[in-house]
Amino acid sequence: MNLIGRGQRKIEGLEKSSGRAVYTDDIQMPGMLHGKILRSPHPHARILSVNGDRREVGVPGHYTLLETLRYALGLTGSKQGCDKGDCGACTVLVDGVPTLSCLTPVWEAEHREVTTVEGLGTPEGPHPLQDEFDLHGAAQCGFCTPGILCSAAALLSSVTAPTRLQIREALAGNLCRCTGYTKIYDAVEAAAARLAT
Amino acid sequence: MNLIGRGQRKIEGLEKSSGRAVYTDDIQMPGMLHGKILRSPHPHARILSVDTGAAQALEGVHAVITGKDMPTTFGIIPWTPDEYPLALDRVRYVGDGVAAVAAVDEDTALRALDLIRVEYEELPAFFDPFEALAADGSAPYIHEPRKEGWNGNVTKKVRLEFGEVDDLMDAADEVVEGEYFFEGTTHTPIEPHCDVGLWEADGRSSDAGRALATDADAGPGDTPGGTGARGKLTVWSATQVPHYLHRELARVLELDPARVRVVQPLVGGAFGGKSEPFDLEFCVAKLAMKSGRPVKILYTREEVFYSHRGRHPFHMKYRTGCTSDGELRSVDAHIVLDGGAYASFGLVTTYYSGQLLCAPYAMPAYRFDSTRVYTNKPACGPKRGHGSVQPRFAFEVQLDKLAESVGLDPIELRRRNFIGEHTRTINELRVTSNGFLECLDAVERASRGKEKFRRLPLGRGVGVAGSTYISGTNYPVYPNEMPQSAVQMQIDRSGRVAVFSGASEIGQGCDSVVAYIAAEELGVPLEYVRVLRGDTDFTPVDLGAYSSRVTFMLGNAAIDAARKLRDKVQEAVAEHWEVSKSEVLLAGGRALWGPDTSRQMPVREAFNLAEARFGTLGATGWYNTPKDVHGSYRGGTIGASPAYSFTAHVAEVEVDTETGFVDVTKIWVAHDCGRALNPVLVEGQMEGSAYMGFGEALMEEHVFKDVDHGRAGLHNAPSLLDYRIPTSLDTPALESFIVESMDPEGPYGAKEAGEGPLHPSIPAIANAIYDAVGVRLDRLPFSPPNVWRALEAARQAGGPAKPGAPSTVGAAASGTRG
Repeated sequence: MNLIGRGQRKIEGLEKSSGRAVYTDDIQMPGMLHGKILRSPHPHARILSVNGDRREVGVPGHYTLLETLRYALGLTGSKQGCDKGDCGACTVLVDGVPTLSCLTPVWEAEHREVTTVEGLGTPEGPHPLQDEFDLHGAAQCGFCTPGILCSAAALLSSVTAPTRLQIREALAGNLCRCTGYTKIYDAVEAAAARLAT
Repeated sequence: MNLIGRGQRKIEGLEKSSGRAVYTDDIQMPGMLHGKILRSPHPHARILSVDTGAAQALEGVHAVITGKDMPTTFGIIPWTPDEYPLALDRVRYVGDGVAAVAAVDEDTALRALDLIRVEYEELPAFFDPFEALAADGSAPYIHEPRKEGWNGNVTKKVRLEFGEVDDLMDAADEVVEGEYFFEGTTHTPIEPHCDVGLWEADGRSSDAGRALATDADAGPGDTPGGTGARGKLTVWSATQVPHYLHRELARVLELDPARVRVVQPLVGGAFGGKSEPFDLEFCVAKLAMKSGRPVKILYTREEVFYSHRGRHPFHMKYRTGCTSDGELRSVDAHIVLDGGAYASFGLVTTYYSGQLLCAPYAMPAYRFDSTRVYTNKPACGPKRGHGSVQPRFAFEVQLDKLAESVGLDPIELRRRNFIGEHTRTINELRVTSNGFLECLDAVERASRGKEKFRRLPLGRGVGVAGSTYISGTNYPVYPNEMPQSAVQMQIDRSGRVAVFSGASEIGQGCDSVVAYIAAEELGVPLEYVRVLRGDTDFTPVDLGAYSSRVTFMLGNAAIDAARKLRDKVQEAVAEHWEVSKSEVLLAGGRALWGPDTSRQMPVREAFNLAEARFGTLGATGWYNTPKDVHGSYRGGTIGASPAYSFTAHVAEVEVDTETGFVDVTKIWVAHDCGRALNPVLVEGQMEGSAYMGFGEALMEEHVFKDVDHGRAGLHNAPSLLDYRIPTSLDTPALESFIVESMDPEGPYGAKEAGEGPLHPSIPAIANAIYDAVGVRLDRLPFSPPNVWRALEAARQAGGPAKPGAPSTVGAAASGTRG
């Protein structure tokens, strides 16, 4: 026996003595919510309203809405693909209007209703668009998907049965490099049909 | 079959559409620093000195590194390691990395870059591949010649000849000569490259060598004197090739590979653009090792353009001879590849430029002479359809010209030259299943191409093209006899199947494919399969998402593992029921007795019986390629694949004869993928491929400013606004037709679908433009200025006009060289 029966280090020993060991409260997850039991809400100064939640957030003054969402609020669903408004991966809804969050200073979004991909569905289930994107294979790599979903959701909130040309126009600011767009149109049409019934 | 062959959700589909999916830049770690790379402003220069003192002194900066910190060359191809993680003494393109910093935030890191002083001695630069090829050494070569007297600007030269090329060409009834130029294009995945590095200086936990690390001696394989005899490096990377990255990180950083872990989060598109190590991967690692804190680097979009590794510009000359019946006799190709500053996959690209042309048409004689040349521009590499999209464009236009000169319908000419199935190509590659004729039939029927050809009014036309592509390569990038793909699979008491897969999910759906296979073979519902993926600490090696290898190889590995487990479950249930093992079926969440399916039990109970009988249930499955199906000559292994896919396109266009604007109204795509394991995903690959080829045909140009325009070597358009990829409004209607030839060696008969369907896009559009206005476009892209110039030449000659009328335009348009 080389090891058995002899004093050995524990495999996580140095992890524990160096402070790297991860316990449950050390876990952070993207978009993670914090639960509280039997407490009334603390009064917070309102700065942003994101997906129906009032959020107080301190960020450098030059932060964009995208940086604030991703790096301060942990809402990493909105993506950065170009950082200059060319690709549309960062699209969110501000008061229901598709908006490039990478070009929007965070203060411009104050006191307005911001909806990100994380806020399209409800706790009970995904938005029909989200489900139809999955069913139709409209998300391949999925990186443009959050922005496209926000643009499509805005379209469907104003047009109940969009034509294919209307869909193409609504998505013209969102680049997708995987799909050739066809499956995306199919998914948007199917979602529109579902919302109509 | 319950799942295979039917449309299914992807296992991570809702994760992606709900915004929960985690990509590399979504990772935040306690104490994480942000890294930035200082890049060369010169296309070619010696580095005389690098002064990092002021940067190091800046508050908030935790580490600064230069080329001297990692003085080891790397390269994806083991025979051509010619780049340093950061340039050591020479920069070779505008954008070459010179130094890197890690600081508390991006702003501080950028300020630190401004404080680094680099002294350069500028050198003459080469931008034109023909000038680089003609260099005599009076100006410094881009790389040191490998032998005295050689031209250091040449990466690779390949000349292969099969059959009597000259004799058969002389005897041919018709010979068409053409000169073609394929402009370079780049991948532009929407996710920029991103890496996070973590160094644990005492990191033994979950480390392969940990038991031995309690000894005073280094663990097995530790590099003597290596920087990290005790540490552990983890790199999260948006890579397509975690295994190759793992090897190169260990080699360059002089770490025992057992102390390196590569984790691959979901990847936001790649297309070949993330299939080798990049400077940021080494930099996050080294900066983390120096600073002791996690370091993230996210490329800007501009850096993505400069990192490139996209499609090589090709200068191509073809001579093609056929009989008066349109039967191919001889093909002679001469190609110069503009490789950019480093080798990348260039050795393979040079071979692929010729090797992958030998199907789907039989050719009795074929010669190609290909030379890859270095230039002082970002390195070219593999992009979807590696090395074979460019020659396919030229060759399929050649076929169109031949069809016209012998008076044949171009689809008919292609049918007549069909190579057949279960045969060998002229360059000795083994072809198994082949559904190319069905592909031609499908697009001809759907497009009504026969009725439209030469009969639409001036300005409207149709064109056809065909192609083939590999389903993976028979030989891995580094020589070894080990499996190319593997999975581990375990089933547990809850009725669940866990699959450990090292394959690279880049959006194509490989994680879902292993889940479908596990569910199909073991009879569990799809949601009972968990795929644990992309982590070199616990998943077996898969070589990566490149060369369209994954479905074929990973699929076979998954079937292998699942059937080993199924066998045990069937045996245990058969004993329990006292029936024959072959009568026990696993399907729909149940174990059933074939002769009377009312005798059944939940599959979970069957798993429990098997675990009681055999112990804990796990199996490995693997796939390795056949090694006897390639050419017997030097280079004959390159291009050899266990199976080939086949594609045909018909494109319909409208050309504005006044402005040269081309509108592709529709592309019909038929693809022989062997068998569609999930037709929704296969169609997605076909549509995405046709879209990408369309963009290359009409819009995309990865070009650089030349000496006449100042700041030579600067990218002309390093943004997604100026480098135009198709939006939803640009993209034509796409219609897909899946052809299933049932490959004898593919998983359930499947072959590749990810890259093959791109190839015919460009020549089909070129041929359609000719049908529309009688003008040959032998130079990409078919942008309004290029088309307008060709139309203008036609106008000088009295045109443009539908083909059939005498035209001198073809000769005028093909006389140019890029």
